[in-house]
Amino acid sequence: MSILVLAEHNNEILKEATKKAITAASQIDKPVHVLVAGTDCTNAAKDAASTEGVEKVLLAENTQYKNLLSEPTSELLTDLMSEYDYLVSAATTNGKNILPRVAAKLDVSQISEIINVIDKKTFQRPIYAGNAIATVESSTDKNVITIRTTAFETAKETNSNAEISAVGIEKNPGLSEFIEEKVSGGERPELTSAGTIVSGGRGMQSGDNFKLLESVADKLGAAVGASRAAVDAGFVPNEYQVGQTGKVVAPELYIAVGISGAIQHLAGMKDSKVIVAINKDDEAPIFEVADYGLVADLFDAVPDLDKELEKIQK
Amino acid sequence: MKILVPVKRVVDYNVKIRVDKETNTVDLDNVKMSINPFDEIAVEEAIRMKEAGKCDEIVIVSLGPEQSKETIRNALAMGADRGIHVKTEHSPEPLLVAKILAKIIEKDSFDLIILGKQSIDDDCNQTGQMLSALLGCSIGTYASKVEIDNDALIVTREIDGGLQTIKLAKPAVLTTDLRLNEPRYASLPNIMKAKQKTIDEVEPVDLQIEMQPKVITKKIEEPPKRIGGGKVESIGDLVDKLKNVSGVI
Repeated sequence: MSILVLAEHNNEILKEATKKAITAASQIDKPVHVLVAGTDCTNAAKDAASTEGVEKVLLAENTQYKNLLSEPTSELLTDLMSEYDYLVSAATTNGKNILPRVAAKLDVSQISEIINVIDKKTFQRPIYAGNAIATVESSTDKNVITIRTTAFETAKETNSNAEISAVGIEKNPGLSEFIEEKVSGGERPELTSAGTIVSGGRGMQSGDNFKLLESVADKLGAAVGASRAAVDAGFVPNEYQVGQTGKVVAPELYIAVGISGAIQHLAGMKDSKVIVAINKDDEAPIFEVADYGLVADLFDAVPDLDKELEKIQK
Repeated sequence: MKILVPVKRVVDYNVKIRVDKETNTVDLDNVKMSINPFDEIAVEEAIRMKEAGKCDEIVIVSLGPEQSKETIRNALAMGADRGIHVKTEHSPEPLLVAKILAKIIEKDSFDLIILGKQSIDDDCNQTGQMLSALLGCSIGTYASKVEIDNDALIVTREIDGGLQTIKLAKPAVLTTDLRLNEPRYASLPNIMKAKQKTIDEVEPVDLQIEMQPKVITKKIEEPPKRIGGGKVESIGDLVDKLKNVSGVI
């Protein structure tokens, strides 16, 4: 019996989060198989086939899997799981949406957002916004696991070519229908895979002022994030949110601007390699986790930082 | 339309919990407890549907010790109609919670079940999805907007890259995200009124559910501490350190 990884892709290549899930899967057991589901995704299947640790790729091409809606995708996975002991996916919105539905159908618990594989049945996962780490042990033969992407390396590209075989079932529960998707973004890197992130909090005072951060981010090739307070205040959309209930990130450099450092925000960024905090309140808890704290008014400091970075670029 | 809203009593979101090093557990003595924030959003959404004339009855259910009744009362004070308290010693794992909820729904049919997307204690993010599987109905997770369209629901979901809109057949399970609404405060008259509302008590055995967990927590530890607290005097100093000490720019 082996491990099945649910892939996310853009039809051409696998998402980095999936390549991290493949790394985690390889640490649990072998062989690792990957399910690529969607339409016109043969290239993504080829990318999966040449990823280190992957021994077989299952390709399910059918319009009902196009947007990975939970109902048809969980039906397919439940069907495939008769041949596997483990189902693994990254804890992305897709993974978190689909996997628990499969787990319940298999009558097993899901182990959410593991950060460490101790052995085949024992894993570590953060609870209470990362303020405690639980070591949990599964008592079932089949296991459904999501992984926290910041805790695992990206699986490498290899020259090998794993076998690709077509799968799919005709069963469509027909309970849901895709209407549309509005994806924001553009030139900037995605929050969860960015090497540098510049985030703003309530101290930014308005959505307009986020332009100051965008200018800095552009010079650093960084993504722009936000605290829950900034999202609550309506400055930026929810997909900017870094924290316990938003995205968990661990970039090389995290610059927190006008963010006080509530527990729920720290939960989403405290594993960043280098943390910079700019805040005028020298008592702000963000300074306790910052490597470089600057007590200053952000409306002076951020334009200064922008200028300094411009000098370096020249 | 009848709506069920499961709510959980959790450590208040402002509390930084402490791990007891001797017992390897989270110290919950004298810690402030509140309704899980996402569940409060779920209660609010149900009440708004009722106010819009789309819903006839809102039932609140909570699993846990005696104090869970307070959490149910909070939701009743916001405007829900009645409560069900499923008496359990601890908070069971999501699969068991989903099984209990499915049994309650089997006895007393609901058109819509609205849950928080995750509880802020165990951070599992599973119960709604599992419940939808057990009921064999549709699921709309991370909802930021819900419209009722006759026998269907149009749900806008918060996804990693932006927003996704889907149409779901009823009955449906929804889980709430942050921006769905801003929960109201209960008014004093409503708090008084809530004291008169019924809360039925149920034991898991009455529902023929075996409370055996499938995942066992072996120990709980404190995460490694991050050593921060470093300060810089100016932007010049900061940029210099980032470039020459840390090498990250």
